[in-house]
Amino acid sequence: MIRSLTAFLMVLTLSLAVQAVAVDEKPLADPVQEARARALMKEFRCLVCQNQSIEDSNAELAQDLRMIVRERIALGDSADNVRAYMVDRYGDWVLLNPPLKSSTIFLWASPFLVVLVILFVLVGRGRRTVAPVPLSDEETAKLAQLLEDTK
Amino acid sequence: MKRFVPLLVVSALVLLFLVMMLSDRNPNEIDSVLIGRPAPEFSLVSLKEGAPALTTADLKTGAPVLVNFFASWCVPCRAEHENLMALAGGYRVPVIGIAYKNDPDKARGFLTELGNPFSKTGLDLDGRVGIDWGVSGVPETFLIDGDGVIRYRHWGPIVGDSLTERLLPQLKALQ
Repeated sequence: MIRSLTAFLMVLTLSLAVQAVAVDEKPLADPVQEARARALMKEFRCLVCQNQSIEDSNAELAQDLRMIVRERIALGDSADNVRAYMVDRYGDWVLLNPPLKSSTIFLWASPFLVVLVILFVLVGRGRRTVAPVPLSDEETAKLAQLLEDTK
Repeated sequence: MKRFVPLLVVSALVLLFLVMMLSDRNPNEIDSVLIGRPAPEFSLVSLKEGAPALTTADLKTGAPVLVNFFASWCVPCRAEHENLMALAGGYRVPVIGIAYKNDPDKARGFLTELGNPFSKTGLDLDGRVGIDWGVSGVPETFLIDGDGVIRYRHWGPIVGDSLTERLLPQLKALQ
């Protein structure tokens, strides 16, 4: 137990270290703005290495997009403005946290659908268990015989 | 009846996988959100010295044009070059080339070496125009109608049957 817990913690710290790979370029002078920019970068998917955020990715395009996010924040854009800028060019797909709308309803509903299906199957199973058929006279006699033999 | 349920489930899955496998879909390709929208505004210096800047106005010619994002460092661009030459030549479609994050001398060298299919060129040195067009990498080719509206985007190189199966039908639909 302790062992697996240590292993888990080790994996966790290692992955945190990986996630902390710093963004290489020049950060914004204002630490508050830089923090806002960095938080936003984590929301955008890199178009090249598609399961990384642009904050994580080393791709050149991700670098360019980070630069744009910083510029926008420095210019005083709100987070929503920056999101709109990205969605305007790359679509909802660029958001790692997709919005809930008609085209994404299945995406959002699918976990609940899976749970429903599982519940349905489980309930079906529960119903199906029929009480065992009582032993016939012959079987009772055989059982008694067997029990007798083991004595 | 119940004994056929697993068979049914497996058959459905096999069918689903077959359809997904045989479909044309490339999971890396993200649908462009610019389809049906006017081409984003831009102004870029030409690769040809002394030539006027390439602007959005150059796209509104009253007839379809293609805008191809390329770079000399991009290997797939080499692969599709032959088809761009064919489009500009035999198919008589004006092709506009935008050199994406490319050293101008190298971009010019690329066109001298392989031939120049482009009626006009622009130099997108910092890749900002590419980002405005939602480009995720070169090559990407956009089909613009006579009014300057983006009608189709071809993601990746125009190789194999891409030209005849994908790009040309889109072009025909506009002409």
